[in-house]
Amino acid sequence: MTDIAQIDFRPRAISVVLASDEGQRRIQRRYAAERRFRLYGIGAIGLAIAFLVLMLGTVLSNGMTAFWQTHVRLDITFDKELLDPDGKGDRATLEQADYAALIRAALGREFPDVSGRSDRRDLFELVSGGATFELRRMLLDDPSLLGRTVPVWLTSSDEVDMLIKGVFDRTEPEAARKIKDKQIKWVDALAAKGAVERQFHTTFFTAGDSREPEQAGIWGGFVGSVYTLGLTLLLCLPIGVLAAVYLEEFAPKNRWTDLIEVNINNLAAVPSIVFGLLGLAVFLGFFGLPRSAPLVGGMVLALIVLPTIIIAGRAALKAVPPSIREAALGVGASRQQAVWHHVLPLAMPGVMTGSIIGMAHALGETAPLLMIGMVAFVVDIPTGPTSPATVLPVQVFMWADSPERAFVEKTSAAIIVLLVLLGLMNAAAIYLRKKFERRW
Amino acid sequence: MLKKTLLLAALASVAFAGTAMARDQIRIVGSSTVFPFTTATAEQFGKGGKFKTPIVESTGTGGGFKLFCGGVGVGHPDMTGASRAMTKGEFESCKKAGVDGITEVKIGYDGIVFANSKANKPSQLTKEQLFLALAHKVPKDGKLVDNPYTTWNQIDPKLANKKIEILGPPPTSGTRDAFIELVMEEACKSFKEIEALKADKKAHKAACSAFREDGIFIEAGENDNLIVQKLVANPAAYGIFGFSFLDQNTDKVQGAEINGVAPTFDNIASGKYSVSRPLFVYAKNQHASVVPGMKEFLGELTSTKAAGNDGYLSSKGLIPLPAADLKKVRDASLALTPLSM
Repeated sequence: MTDIAQIDFRPRAISVVLASDEGQRRIQRRYAAERRFRLYGIGAIGLAIAFLVLMLGTVLSNGMTAFWQTHVRLDITFDKELLDPDGKGDRATLEQADYAALIRAALGREFPDVSGRSDRRDLFELVSGGATFELRRMLLDDPSLLGRTVPVWLTSSDEVDMLIKGVFDRTEPEAARKIKDKQIKWVDALAAKGAVERQFHTTFFTAGDSREPEQAGIWGGFVGSVYTLGLTLLLCLPIGVLAAVYLEEFAPKNRWTDLIEVNINNLAAVPSIVFGLLGLAVFLGFFGLPRSAPLVGGMVLALIVLPTIIIAGRAALKAVPPSIREAALGVGASRQQAVWHHVLPLAMPGVMTGSIIGMAHALGETAPLLMIGMVAFVVDIPTGPTSPATVLPVQVFMWADSPERAFVEKTSAAIIVLLVLLGLMNAAAIYLRKKFERRW
Repeated sequence: MLKKTLLLAALASVAFAGTAMARDQIRIVGSSTVFPFTTATAEQFGKGGKFKTPIVESTGTGGGFKLFCGGVGVGHPDMTGASRAMTKGEFESCKKAGVDGITEVKIGYDGIVFANSKANKPSQLTKEQLFLALAHKVPKDGKLVDNPYTTWNQIDPKLANKKIEILGPPPTSGTRDAFIELVMEEACKSFKEIEALKADKKAHKAACSAFREDGIFIEAGENDNLIVQKLVANPAAYGIFGFSFLDQNTDKVQGAEINGVAPTFDNIASGKYSVSRPLFVYAKNQHASVVPGMKEFLGELTSTKAAGNDGYLSSKGLIPLPAADLKKVRDASLALTPLSM
């Protein structure tokens, strides 16, 4: 009997190879390849993060300043003689009154030595064209101000704002910047008295679009987005879920359902502008729906989001174990009861996640909206699904296209708002998944 | 499921009710060059408080005419902005669709500039030099050849020994049409090789209007801001864009003198700077009685506080009409004098 312990069970070839120089080299090469692969991976992630940081960094550094707007303090006298010369004191008179005259008078008192028509006009240009409306609102809210003199912080013009924020370079020659030397002198004089201050810019969140950067806001675009996306969700969630449920749970597996499935997958990859053209031809051309309306925008975006929701919905339904269905059927439920009472509720977190990601995608779309007239200058805040509106990404696009320098920071600020909304939607998707997800 | 069908049906009926209602808001389409001016006017008009703020879409001059001439009724726009006059063909197609009676409003002028970054020296160029730098085919030794010039000093030894790099608008742009008309076609006249083609109208037009496609002229899209940014990033490059963008970025870019005239506000207004074009707004007379505020809007557009010398449109970069012309335009547009061709 041979002694088992003496037998070398390792296959000879390997032990020989391992011991040889050649073998050691090969092992080293394998380790090196492994390390290189990991480095490539880290490099890829690093590059992606660098791009993200670069993008976010540019947007944040360009845009954060837009949330603060330069204001100028003036001692405004709500002069009875100017506002209400006939002494009627009713609302209509005060609504029609010339508030620009109050600002001119206040500036005249501040700088008594400024004379001449063009100089006075340059002086008046320090405050925003919207300042007259601010004064009107103040007085209408509080009529007791009439006849009194109060210090008021007025929105400055975008040129003054750009000067204070350091976008306009004082050292440049006068011809090379949008603000005149004497205007800089006046701003400096006001600043020396503490009458120039950067304040939180609420207008940016409450106003609609404007051609004047300091009066432009995102509220119009935001409301438009809410109407449009609300309609999108209302349309595509029921349709998408029903389609997914039917295809996954009831439809017979034959050539037709295969064809439908392939088509749905293809639709998810169709460029969005094609849906815009479809919307133009069908919703506007054939049905005669109004242009620029969130109603049509919502319908077009619903077409874009539908495939995403159907695909996500089917995947979620597929992930529900067959035992659930069998158990339901086993205790006598009909197929419909099994689906509505058991399978669909369990698949809902997946459906919701898919829908929210689809909606986030729709929130950022502009191309299809171009065709149906939602890329437009709309000042009034939309009041319903048929009133003209734009959406947030369109607002970004339109501001990026405007010549005034102050729109550069507005553009970035609108991007920040859009990114925050997208982040919130994605966070909601993650929260829903974590909260309702079941593991089997 | 039934509930949802009902919901959809309800939605659809709301939608149809919406279209049946008359429109109480002016709708304007048209040129992206006129867009800053129509929007500014629309905003002021809306602030007046009597009418809703008009909706303005930027569709390009050609696209604007297509929508405008689509027909009569609240489904079609009331006005369109144009960076060139309406053509006879467009006028005819308007008529065919039932659009009868169009008011033409000339609101002012816009200059087209050939600019580079302030980091570089300002340039003086002639239209002929611009043609030789930009055209697809140029005359050389009595023949038309593919544009061989790659540096400025090959065109004229007096120019800098620098690579030619020009950014400009795509063919869909009215700015490009106007640049071709005002620079390229003008320059064409001084080359006898191209004049010789005159008998063949098509060939002549192609020779005068085709831009080179060898990568030296780069189509930078309709966004003029982007061109300005690219010029700052690349001081060797030149860009073609509207005066209002030069006006807002005088600290970054400078306009080249063309035929010895610099693109300044005064030079364009006086007509000395020849690369400038009139801007128009066209209004549909048939809508004046249906859509509230049409006449009042034309009034605002042609008022001295808007389109006058010190008006708010001039601070947006519009080169105003002389006061006497503005008065004439105002009278004609308030009377809704129909255009004839």
